[in-house]
Amino acid sequence: MRDLAPDRSCRSSGSGRVSAAAVSGSPASAQAAASLGAVADGTATLLLSGEWTIASRLPGSDETLRALDGASGLKRLAFEASGVTAWDSGLASFLTAVMGRCRASGVEVDPSGLPQGLQGLLHLAFAVPERKGARRGESRTSFLEHVGEDWLDLVRSTGEIMTFLGEVVLAFGRMLKGRACFRRSELWVLIQQSGADALPIVSVVTFLVGLILAYIGGAQLAQFGAKIFVADLVGLAMVIQMGALVTAIVLAGRTGAAFAAQIGTMQVNEEVDALRTLGISPMDFLVLPRMMALILMTPLLAIYADLMGILGGAFVAVAVEGIGVLEYTNRTLEAIKLHHAVQGVINAAIYGAIVAVSGCLRGMQCGRSASAVGLATTSAVVTSIVFIVIAAAVMTMVFQALGW
Amino acid sequence: MARGDPHIVLDGVTLAYGDFLIQQGLDFTVREGDIFILMGGSGCGKSTVMRSLSGILEPKAGRILYHDTDFWHASPEQRASMQRRFGVMYQSGALWSSMTLAENIALPLEQYTDLDARQIAEIAAYKLALVGLTGFDDFYPSEISGGMQKRVGVARAMALDPEILFFDEPSAGLDPVSARLLDDLLLELRDSLGTTMVVVTHELASIFTIADDSVFLDPETKTMLTTGNPRELRDHSDIAKVRTFLTRGEA
Repeated sequence: MRDLAPDRSCRSSGSGRVSAAAVSGSPASAQAAASLGAVADGTATLLLSGEWTIASRLPGSDETLRALDGASGLKRLAFEASGVTAWDSGLASFLTAVMGRCRASGVEVDPSGLPQGLQGLLHLAFAVPERKGARRGESRTSFLEHVGEDWLDLVRSTGEIMTFLGEVVLAFGRMLKGRACFRRSELWVLIQQSGADALPIVSVVTFLVGLILAYIGGAQLAQFGAKIFVADLVGLAMVIQMGALVTAIVLAGRTGAAFAAQIGTMQVNEEVDALRTLGISPMDFLVLPRMMALILMTPLLAIYADLMGILGGAFVAVAVEGIGVLEYTNRTLEAIKLHHAVQGVINAAIYGAIVAVSGCLRGMQCGRSASAVGLATTSAVVTSIVFIVIAAAVMTMVFQALGW
Repeated sequence: MARGDPHIVLDGVTLAYGDFLIQQGLDFTVREGDIFILMGGSGCGKSTVMRSLSGILEPKAGRILYHDTDFWHASPEQRASMQRRFGVMYQSGALWSSMTLAENIALPLEQYTDLDARQIAEIAAYKLALVGLTGFDDFYPSEISGGMQKRVGVARAMALDPEILFFDEPSAGLDPVSARLLDDLLLELRDSLGTTMVVVTHELASIFTIADDSVFLDPETKTMLTTGNPRELRDHSDIAKVRTFLTRGEA
């Protein structure tokens, strides 16, 4: 069998047990030190002594490297290491740095003065030459370059989103023809996760939004003696836009992020590739059910959100402004027309589609690492919210133009 | 501690997940400076045994001694300091994907030593050089091949100069040449540093190249069948199951 030299001081812990001192530093031995002797016949000797372990205090390699650079006429470097009481990677990495410098400046290295095991390790460290082009230079980009890159990224990602939308439309077409391949049971699970399970958080958030609207609006309307119109304000705002908008933002954080993380992790695990090789389109199998779930559930949640918001407004109107419950209810029913509600439902369906598309898109674009999944999730939420707000502005203008 | 002294001793160890028994009656000794193989068919609990040896899964019964210290009955502080002397390489490499290769190796050093950033960077560069990846310091795990990731996994496991290195399927998914290079690396490191190594594998080529000693775990009886040098087991074992395994059923 292999003969291990008895001089392997790195294993001389000796106490018979694994001690904490081995890591946290033992004060007993002498400090590690290195000094370069004078050059004679082109040869200099590097004198090493003390305890060279990562748990102890190590001298930096800077000083020795400077001494090497300063030694004129140096042709060969030898070592004298009999004073080394213990060593591990601390010494090995120091010597790697020293020997690397020697190689670069054409100085021959004679490792025979080093402990046996250490020679083997150093041999191993230099066995594979550095691959050309492996090391990376500092890459600095100017501000303008940054702006340009970001702009190009935006253009590129818009293109990607359009491609993705096109594929989604094709998948919908296949579904209408009954040829899309996805599992119905998964659709129900997704509907439950993105719909029913979101009720508590949607309730809380929209109730509070209604409450805030009533507070701020009520204070302004009171100046004109038109306190009762707070019912119109809250009712219309919630039904036309706020109910759908707030629901969609909650869903972007809750469901869109989950979609991105789920599909992203499937990318990391090559699950998406496995679907593709089976001839199953990930668009049909993963994206379609998620789109359907959100397009169906967001309007329903939004209607519920409208009611919660109106309830929040009523709470303030009755408790703070002193308006009668019946009065408030009548005013609200009078203000809200069917077409307002339809407008809200259409908005909600569009926002739901945006959340689903962003979540699935970022998930499908995900790279193959844990940090890529994190990026995908963040990006899904940001994309959703940005596009929801843009869509809200556009839809408001469209409905205005239609005279609704 | 000299080469050949008992390093890890298992004494009547039983392993289970809840009520689900994995292995029982494990009695074997891993000697200092040996490369010790945990082998056996799929589902026999090799990885589970390694999890408990590396201090992650507590045995249901029995003792695991490291240099006469009972790990699972030691104080939490003692256990933590013992665990710092273990290095583990996981099957998939388990490199932290948001950190560069050098940062992956530097993290344990930053946690447990007082070295400054420059020295840590030098040690990380040296560890990468040891596994043949000089100059790859600033790469991210996703930018290198699977074989390279495995080697970085070895380098990270060695970050704190551990006394025991654990490897879970080091050569799984590697081409024969890369697998061979990894075997050579383990042998070289063991010879230079005298590190005890516990390796989970069922790659026969690798087993015969690196093993000093081994234990054979059986999934059916849920216990160990035999221990010994795999070459000798192949040629002389009287247990048919072990011979079949070591000859791929060809003899």
